[in-house]
Amino acid sequence: MMSEIQGSNSPMVLRRVTGADGIPRVIVEGNCTLTALGERIRPIAAELSEYATAPELRWDLTQIARMDDAGAVLLWRGWGNQRPRYLFVRPEHERLFDRLEETWTPPSEATPDRLWPIMVLGKAVFLLWEHLVGLVILMGQLVLEIKYLAGHPSRIPWREISANLYRTGAQALGITALVGFLIGVVLSYLSSRQLQIFGAHIFIVNILGISVIRELGPMLAAILVAGRSGSSMTAQLGVMRVTEELDALTVMGIPHSLRLILPKVIALGLAMPLVVLWTSAVALIGGMTVAEFQLGLGYKFFLSRLPDAVAVSNLWLGLGKGIVCGMAIALISCHFGLRIKSNTESLGEGTTNSVVTSITVVIIIDAIFAVIFSDVGLR
Amino acid sequence: MPKNNCIIEVEGLYTQFGNHVVHENIGLCVQRGEVLTLVGGSGSGKTALMRQMLGLETPAQGTVKVFGEPLRDRNRQQIQNMRNRCGVLFQKGALFSALSVYDNIALPMRELRTLDEEMIRDLVMLKLEMVEIAPVHANKMPAELSGGMIKRIALARAMALNPELLFLDEPTAGLDPELSEGFVSLIKTMQSELTFTIIMATHDLDTLVALSDRVAVLADKRLVALGTVREVINTKHAFISNFFCGVRGRKTLENNSIL
Repeated sequence: MMSEIQGSNSPMVLRRVTGADGIPRVIVEGNCTLTALGERIRPIAAELSEYATAPELRWDLTQIARMDDAGAVLLWRGWGNQRPRYLFVRPEHERLFDRLEETWTPPSEATPDRLWPIMVLGKAVFLLWEHLVGLVILMGQLVLEIKYLAGHPSRIPWREISANLYRTGAQALGITALVGFLIGVVLSYLSSRQLQIFGAHIFIVNILGISVIRELGPMLAAILVAGRSGSSMTAQLGVMRVTEELDALTVMGIPHSLRLILPKVIALGLAMPLVVLWTSAVALIGGMTVAEFQLGLGYKFFLSRLPDAVAVSNLWLGLGKGIVCGMAIALISCHFGLRIKSNTESLGEGTTNSVVTSITVVIIIDAIFAVIFSDVGLR
Repeated sequence: MPKNNCIIEVEGLYTQFGNHVVHENIGLCVQRGEVLTLVGGSGSGKTALMRQMLGLETPAQGTVKVFGEPLRDRNRQQIQNMRNRCGVLFQKGALFSALSVYDNIALPMRELRTLDEEMIRDLVMLKLEMVEIAPVHANKMPAELSGGMIKRIALARAMALNPELLFLDEPTAGLDPELSEGFVSLIKTMQSELTFTIIMATHDLDTLVALSDRVAVLADKRLVALGTVREVINTKHAFISNFFCGVRGRKTLENNSIL
């Protein structure tokens, strides 16, 4: 088999001879194809351009066994993109050169503008504006859908809501528990070392209680859910765009906002406070375990001190953050999902943007809550 | 030595998806330089057989030899060499949506690492000319193109390395009759210019009659007929009489003066 390939693929050779009449000629032999040329393409190109400097040379291509367009282009470029004065070629190969003579040149790329920094900045501002408008429109649409559903309760997409609730809530319990527990352990360990210096063991309850219930629990849950469920929502809508499923829904008269987006927003709005509660609880358990080992504070004592140390309004604040963050994550993910164009590049880019934006927005929401409720639950 | 002239050799091939048997003991030899068409009803495993020839799927039993060597047990270099000698036109084109038309065709050439960028440019423009795509479209993205253009550009990409073996999966599916006729004549001219072997799966009788040298009919999990169109239509089998000798089939065959 190998010998057969070798036989049919003997590579191209250039031979310079001087005929009986004293006229120099170059005879090209062998296979002038891309596969036969392989690595030898550069040396042959160099050899060709060397010969091409002599215009009186006769080129004899009649000995070529096979030639494809790669071979023709190689010769053509060797000749400096023109036909040599004396060329002998078989008619079936003539056609390749005819085509090269009339070959089209590619349209030139647009040269970069000198004002590009301003252009880039302007485009970024417009893009931000576009996103804001898009989000507001989406929210408005959802409000209209809710109004519609209030009049037609039979149209409420229960099944979609419950599926999303399961996917974003129940399936997120494992990862949020693991991360929450570890953060609780680390926080408790580091704080207890500091508190031991001052002999203020008891304040571990205050530190853990306030930081976990008011701040860390909701934030950890929101960031994990943004990464986990937000990316999946964006990718799902994006792939539905690529496979034209979104268009199929539109032609069936099923609005995206009612059947795809509203269930996601409602489900995440319901699931998030529960995930927040769960994460905070597991983080506290982690903290309690370390407090028992490190400081000798029993869990019974810890739990009985907790209501005194942490006002219950902190819990409501944490849950409230959960609801707002959950709905914001779902809205942003859906917004980016619907913007995806039907190509793979856009899908990846859209998912990244969605996750980055969701996490940023979650932290901004947290900051806003901190400012507004600065005098709630802290004494 | 007819056996040595096989560019693809399939022997005792069984395919199974779960409990569903698709092929039973299929043997086939694709001759160098011919156009072989695989036909069969939906689910008869045309595409599965083609994917096995490409090495995208492994048969449950049996061997597929491409260029005389089995697809399995090859090292990286051998696989790459084999791939460079095959071109595939996928049913929906499978152009890379992140790359422009130009880059889609240039990609296999760049991967060779022996061609410089200027030569690649000339070659890409030649290929575009060959499939009759105006250079204005070179910088467009696949999402901006019509179905017919995507097919033609996909053909240009499949032809980028001047393969010896070309696989066409439903080359005219999704094209209007005029476009598909143009596409068929395009493939025909290219085949006469650049002599390569074509393996094609199609449902379209016009395409089949216009292009094929030989036809392989898959039905009842087996290869029920193999030969020229004339030989195949004389084979007695329910699928063949339905497919070729139905109302539409008769018309096509009569138009091409085969009946």
